[in-house]
Amino acid sequence: MGAQGIGARVPRVEDQRFLTGRGRYTDDINRPHQTYAWILRSPHAHARIRSIDTSAAKSAPGVVAVFTGADMEVGSLPCGWQVTSKDGTPMKEPPHPPLARDYVRHVGDQVAVVIAETKAQARDAAELIEVDYEVLPAAVSIQAALAPDAPKVHQDLPDNVCYDWELGDKAKTEEAFANARHVVKLDIVQNRLIPNAIEPRAAVGDYDSGTGKYTLYTTSQNPHVIRLLMGAFVLNIPENKLRVVAPDVGGGFGSKIYHYAEEAIVTWAAGKVNRPVKWTAERSESFVADAHGRDHVTHAELAIDADGKFLGLRVSTLANMGAYLSTFAPSIPTYLYGPLMAGVYATPAIYVEVKAVFTHTTPVDAYRGAGRPEATYLLERIVTKAAKQLGIDEVELRRKNMVQPDMFPYQTPVLLQYDVGDYPGTMDAAVKAADWYGFAQRRKESEARGKLRGIGMSTYVEACGLAPSAVVGQLGARAGLYESANVRVHPTGSVSVYTGLHSHGQGHETVLAQIVHEYLGVPIENVTVVHGDTDDGQFGMGTYGSRSAPVGTAALVKALEKVVNKAKKIAAHLMEASEADIELKDGNFVIAGTDKSLPFAQVALAAYVPHNYPITELEPGLEGQAFYDPMNFSYPNGCHICEVEVDPETGKVDVVAMTSVDDVGRVLNPLIVEGQTHGGLTQGIGQALLEQCVFDEDGQLVTGSFMDYCMPRADDVPSYNSSTMAVMGASNPLQVKGVGESGTIGATPAVINAVLDALAPLGVEDIQMPASPHRVWQAIQAAKTPMAAE
Amino acid sequence: MPTVSMTVNGKAVSAEVEERTLLVSFLRDSLGLTGTHVGCDTSQCGACVVHVNGDSVKSCTMLAVQAEGANVTTIEGLASGEELHPVQKAFREHHGLQCGFCTPGMVMSAVDLLQKKKSPSEAEIREWLEGNICRCTGYHNIVKAIQAAAGAM
Repeated sequence: MGAQGIGARVPRVEDQRFLTGRGRYTDDINRPHQTYAWILRSPHAHARIRSIDTSAAKSAPGVVAVFTGADMEVGSLPCGWQVTSKDGTPMKEPPHPPLARDYVRHVGDQVAVVIAETKAQARDAAELIEVDYEVLPAAVSIQAALAPDAPKVHQDLPDNVCYDWELGDKAKTEEAFANARHVVKLDIVQNRLIPNAIEPRAAVGDYDSGTGKYTLYTTSQNPHVIRLLMGAFVLNIPENKLRVVAPDVGGGFGSKIYHYAEEAIVTWAAGKVNRPVKWTAERSESFVADAHGRDHVTHAELAIDADGKFLGLRVSTLANMGAYLSTFAPSIPTYLYGPLMAGVYATPAIYVEVKAVFTHTTPVDAYRGAGRPEATYLLERIVTKAAKQLGIDEVELRRKNMVQPDMFPYQTPVLLQYDVGDYPGTMDAAVKAADWYGFAQRRKESEARGKLRGIGMSTYVEACGLAPSAVVGQLGARAGLYESANVRVHPTGSVSVYTGLHSHGQGHETVLAQIVHEYLGVPIENVTVVHGDTDDGQFGMGTYGSRSAPVGTAALVKALEKVVNKAKKIAAHLMEASEADIELKDGNFVIAGTDKSLPFAQVALAAYVPHNYPITELEPGLEGQAFYDPMNFSYPNGCHICEVEVDPETGKVDVVAMTSVDDVGRVLNPLIVEGQTHGGLTQGIGQALLEQCVFDEDGQLVTGSFMDYCMPRADDVPSYNSSTMAVMGASNPLQVKGVGESGTIGATPAVINAVLDALAPLGVEDIQMPASPHRVWQAIQAAKTPMAAE
Repeated sequence: MPTVSMTVNGKAVSAEVEERTLLVSFLRDSLGLTGTHVGCDTSQCGACVVHVNGDSVKSCTMLAVQAEGANVTTIEGLASGEELHPVQKAFREHHGLQCGFCTPGMVMSAVDLLQKKKSPSEAEIREWLEGNICRCTGYHNIVKAIQAAAGAM
């Protein structure tokens, strides 16, 4: 490892522009003669549109055009995954028009768009649109949507069920329960979350009537995928006539993966008005129009034998899809959830069933972790509950049931084959780092101050590195999930790397440059990483599911190997040596065993000025492109331990310590790995203690602003004690596993286990998330007077 | 439309604005200073923090006309040429930013804290940052960066 190579703690190259106000986000982009779009959204969760009168709006000052669903006859916003129900029928996939036709199905559904000279004029004119709504009853919760007489979210779908899916061996699991000495049961609600990247979504559509080419600037995690989805399915524009640019993007967390209506609206409208059209969400719009996350209701049971060995797990989940299927939505509570139910344990029989339900709410899709936090939460809650119920030390119960290091590769009963890991090792490291067994003393100290102290643990394993295309194809993905890279060495030896990934906080411009430095010896200052523009690089699948490190860097390594192989041939020619004797060391080609060397830049120059060149054997130029499709998922894993103090008078929970030990494989840049971990832990704490999306019974979003939706702030969280432990052997060239999501997966159950541990002396046995002061206080009161809670 | 005049990053500026124009819109749209960001519409997130007459202010909470005659510093005016301010430097060294969107407000807010208090404790830093939301970093490295900058200033 050099000062700039793989594993070095290199400060990020992108920081200079972000720290001096010179980032370039979508809302910073302004096109000549630009117009502004304001989207009129439904104020009702469910209504029939009887008529829309846009005449007053059309004649308002500055208005260029007003469009409704009747004007915008384009394709439906597509869904990227298919799930098949138990009975073999495909999931129900109702149309999702960018502008509503006939019905609105959630508060915030797009009804019309006003395009005007200024944003204020567009907004003012939108207030003049008269929509005659026949307001209808709404099915807001999962339970309400499944009631026999529930309002229908889609008129031709009588039961509001999208699919009823299963995974695992049901008979074998039933048998395990029949043989069990103990059965532990748990009911949980996965609280619905609103992702809230701090940059609101924005989109600028542009149309060049001279060439017939459209350009969309958008806040996306995957511009190539947006071009494919919008071009092929919605607007019928071929790739060569559509450029999608995702410039600097201010956070994603999943919410900027999906193809959204607004992207199609501004692109389409730019063609109609023949001027650029810009839309920027206000935060209030983001709350109702960005896809939400989580939202499950689950019953789980764990069968255990007399020795404390897990025999079987059965899980029954209801998952909220919202009003329409967002791009990844059906895959989240299925393929990214069910297969995670083994966790780090060698449970021999597992059966999971998931019913996905449409409701009159904002669509639900992947949010950081996506399915894996939901699975891990229930598993780690039920394991801790089992330990308490059986009176076994929970560390030992976990150890007894873990997949042991000598069991890899380990085939779980739910699809996945874990490649490598040391689950007892990461747990022991966390137990030590958190001083788990010294807790009693700290509890006493808290008690002396009138506080209830609790400690909680969670282990986890997640499937990252999305994903082996053949596997996900069988699972219903309608796309491959490989990644691409192109390494272009320029004549003077500087390098441009084109990646299909997209960086929206992850530091790719630094990490990918470090890998180039490692392989070519070129200083990272001379490496530029190009991403986010479909006209400037090859197709790629973007960044989500912790895939950039395990999949994206693998493509880069393959491309670099092509460059090195060719450069060695050129160097051998120039140095009049055998290619087999040429080595590339610290930026110089050397002949093994001699002191002869040739700088990399001179070889690059020879490739572009091929006067003395093996021209009959090699083409000029020095560039390598590769696509990498992984053979397996990668499996980051670890153990998180949380300590809380609860104020029994107010119910307020303070996280006083949070320890994480994560096996993320090889660490490419520790600075970035730590940052990803801290951010994930904070979002995990947010779900456990603070965040909850609330709709009232009419489907109005109650938590529609930062004043009502409780985002974690600096004084809500502690400094973290986080470390990594690399077990090598992941099945990709750099043996990296991914780190983007681990924090949100491990932290949440650890926090709630800690809260319940703190409240246990009072007799509190369960609490739902978020464990807000109000809820904790109520739980304490109910435990004090059990009758009152009836 | 009224004309508003102020000093921004040491330069006298003047422009006609609608009365309802917020200071943040004036900076972004009239002056093209897009380093100041808009992350919410309820003055909660702090992405738009700038300095007005030396104090940190959420530039979405005041009208441009209220800044008439004021001395405004934005993130673009903090560094001396390419030489970063100690707070900017510390954010870079300690990885106090990821996507960069909350960063300008976070940095401007931190600079004001350190003007008012030379060596704040961790608790004081966290309390001060209550009005700046970051979704990426989990605040850990932001706090570290501010502590390091306090030592360097």
